[in-house]
Amino acid sequence: MSESGFFIVLIAMVGGAIRVSTPFMFVALGETLTEKSGRINLGLEGNLVLGAMVAYAGSYQTGSPWLGVLFAGLSGLVLGAMHGWICKLPKVNDIAVGIAFMSFGTGLAFFFGKPYIQPTAPRLEAIPLGGWSSNPSIAQALQVNPLFFVGIALAVFMWWALANTRWGLIVRMTGDSAASARAMGVSIDLVRLMATAAGGFLAGVGGAFLSLYYPGSWNEGLSSGQGLMAVALVIFARWDPIRCVWAALLFGAAGAIGPALQSIGISQGYYFFNAAPYILTLFIMIASARSKSAARDVPGELSLAK
Amino acid sequence: MNAAAAITASRPLQRGPALETVGMTKAFGAFTALDDVSIDVRAGSFHALLGENGAGKSTLVKCIMGFYNATRGSVLLDGRESTIRSPRDARDLGIGMVYQHFTLVPCLTAAENLVISRADAPAVFDWKKEKPKLEEFMDGMPFRVPLNGQVSSLSAGEKQKLEILKLLYLEQRFMILDEPTSVLTPGEADEVLGLLGEMARRGEVTVLMISHKFREVKAFCDSFSVLRRGRLTGTGDAQAASVAEMSRMMIGDTEVRERAVRAARNDSRPVLDLAGLVAEDEEGRRVVDAVNLKVGAGEIVGIAGVSGNGQSALVEVLSGQRGLADGGIFINGKPFEPKRRDFDRFKVFGLPEEPLKNATVPRMSVAENIAFRSYDKPPIASLGWWLSPGPMRRKAEELIARYRVKTTSPDSPIEALSGGNVQRAVLARELSGEVDVLIVANPCFGLDFASVAEIRAQIMEQRNRGAAVLLVSEDLDEILELSDRVAVMSGGSIAYVAPIGETDRNTIGGYMGGQHMAGH
Repeated sequence: MSESGFFIVLIAMVGGAIRVSTPFMFVALGETLTEKSGRINLGLEGNLVLGAMVAYAGSYQTGSPWLGVLFAGLSGLVLGAMHGWICKLPKVNDIAVGIAFMSFGTGLAFFFGKPYIQPTAPRLEAIPLGGWSSNPSIAQALQVNPLFFVGIALAVFMWWALANTRWGLIVRMTGDSAASARAMGVSIDLVRLMATAAGGFLAGVGGAFLSLYYPGSWNEGLSSGQGLMAVALVIFARWDPIRCVWAALLFGAAGAIGPALQSIGISQGYYFFNAAPYILTLFIMIASARSKSAARDVPGELSLAK
Repeated sequence: MNAAAAITASRPLQRGPALETVGMTKAFGAFTALDDVSIDVRAGSFHALLGENGAGKSTLVKCIMGFYNATRGSVLLDGRESTIRSPRDARDLGIGMVYQHFTLVPCLTAAENLVISRADAPAVFDWKKEKPKLEEFMDGMPFRVPLNGQVSSLSAGEKQKLEILKLLYLEQRFMILDEPTSVLTPGEADEVLGLLGEMARRGEVTVLMISHKFREVKAFCDSFSVLRRGRLTGTGDAQAASVAEMSRMMIGDTEVRERAVRAARNDSRPVLDLAGLVAEDEEGRRVVDAVNLKVGAGEIVGIAGVSGNGQSALVEVLSGQRGLADGGIFINGKPFEPKRRDFDRFKVFGLPEEPLKNATVPRMSVAENIAFRSYDKPPIASLGWWLSPGPMRRKAEELIARYRVKTTSPDSPIEALSGGNVQRAVLARELSGEVDVLIVANPCFGLDFASVAEIRAQIMEQRNRGAAVLLVSEDLDEILELSDRVAVMSGGSIAYVAPIGETDRNTIGGYMGGQHMAGH
């Protein structure tokens, strides 16, 4: 590979990391919040796909992509709240409910999304941060969507709030020791319901990014399991919002390898490189399952940990 | 005390209140767990609540704390009748409790645990302001706990202290302590109880302590009440009453348990040899750290130690529940692997702690559970795999009768049995054959008086017949009663070994606390 080819791939990977990471980031942050409260919502893939559809439809109907984002969040909120409500019934397993919700969310999206596959909806505008450079590939890589910054700000906020607010402490307490939370008069079901709903909201917003920015249209093959991988990512990030951002960037960069190599003419093993994020997920799961510090950080009430 | 006052200025209560229960009765359906119990805890006293397991002690305090609503009876606080319908009411009245299991949140720091427990915890914490306030509060307290460490990294003693500090921080000056010293070393226990006693004498707190350790009651309490089968059987001055009187109130007129008879040993060849055992927990910390110990034929070696110093992990290693990171187990000089084949070959049997969890499949029948050691051998199995229920059932019936297991039928699930009967069923399975090595952990935990005597006698009988017995127990009295030699486990290693005749409670207690680490 020539010097410039290497540079192009690198730039493309940075750009890809920024572009592809955003939905990972939102879903992972949502899942972190949910899991911090002691519950797992595996159904966020459903929230993501439904969010993508609702955002696209909302943007098409109202003409404002940001309203679309809001609607996407709300649809995720509803799904999350339903998950949270069902899980508080006795003897319900959150993982099984999550899998059901994954299918439910995508099914709903496909059902209501049929009429929106053809039309073109207004998309989210990116902020051109690469204007200083005359290099078109740099300029293109640094077209950054505002949601990316929202995600980072959110991660910092969550990191701060989990340590410095009453709500943050209550969420962590509920996730780590339900008995102590109950002894202090905290309603565990309510905390988890709200955490799952809020997590669902974020996953919905992540979906909006898919349909309104990158790839930027609504179709049934839009998500390639990002919602599921984000759950794995949370384990990798050991339930820390800041580490979630880094993990999302890493996944994004891995996802950009295939297209980047293709852009400099290396198409051999294209599908293999496209599978990079999935292979990465697999290795990360193996590595983090063996990691001893992960065992220390896992919220004690999680069904994973029991 | 100033800091505490500043934090909760709205609540003027600065002294330990008096508390009285009047005719407290609690029935669960047809069963009366608490029958007309009136106790009187004077302001500034250190009152002991004594009783055997199931005597109604925890029912009484749960009624005071508002977890249960009493069927009849009332609580008088400083002479005024108080309605306590929920733990929140109790908290608002300044009644707090330290539970046997900790209620601190492990992933939060000590400071976070304290602040979040406050009813008026702010929405956003200003740690720059909170931290100095907490430091100031700590300075006014008789003991300190590091504020910034995660609770999961604190020792059991520090957690216990933090639980008590939390009550003081919340201005809960009527304290109920539920067997507070079960996780502490004797030294730590004396420190904590001594300091609380001083605070009580100064009138700053009133303490009601559930206990069944007479030594602590005599050393620290000024008054006591005794419950037996839900009734108040005695009350009085803890200093004036003798231990014999108190124990008579506790166990009634049944004669005091006889000690198991110890036969003289004439065979001293070592049977079980633990050589440099190392085991790690999930996070890679060494929970068993280079344990070397030999147990001879016809000998009971008792391992004492404060809960959580690696004893459970050691038993798990020996019973094959936990992997061995290093070292080896030898029986009669041959390497032993804790697998079914070797358990059989070397005649190794065990009574793990919490038998329902560790030694049975709760939902399988009593007969099946009793057959676990023999189901793949004749007469139950033919050809090693074809099981006949007939012989299995007959064998179970025989053992149920011989070991007096109370069960409605051999076919009922073992989880339906009471704790003592589960333990007897496991004993029946493990001890009915020939035993060369016996590994026992907390065999009498939570059992009533009669069962305790019986189970200890069974263990002693195995020793007298020549088995090598390793007894792990958190009950020092049990160790002192049964052992031929005592070992103390502290921080995952054996800190001390001595023949029973050459040691005493205080020496053992010192090693349990880890004071003498350098010496050996």
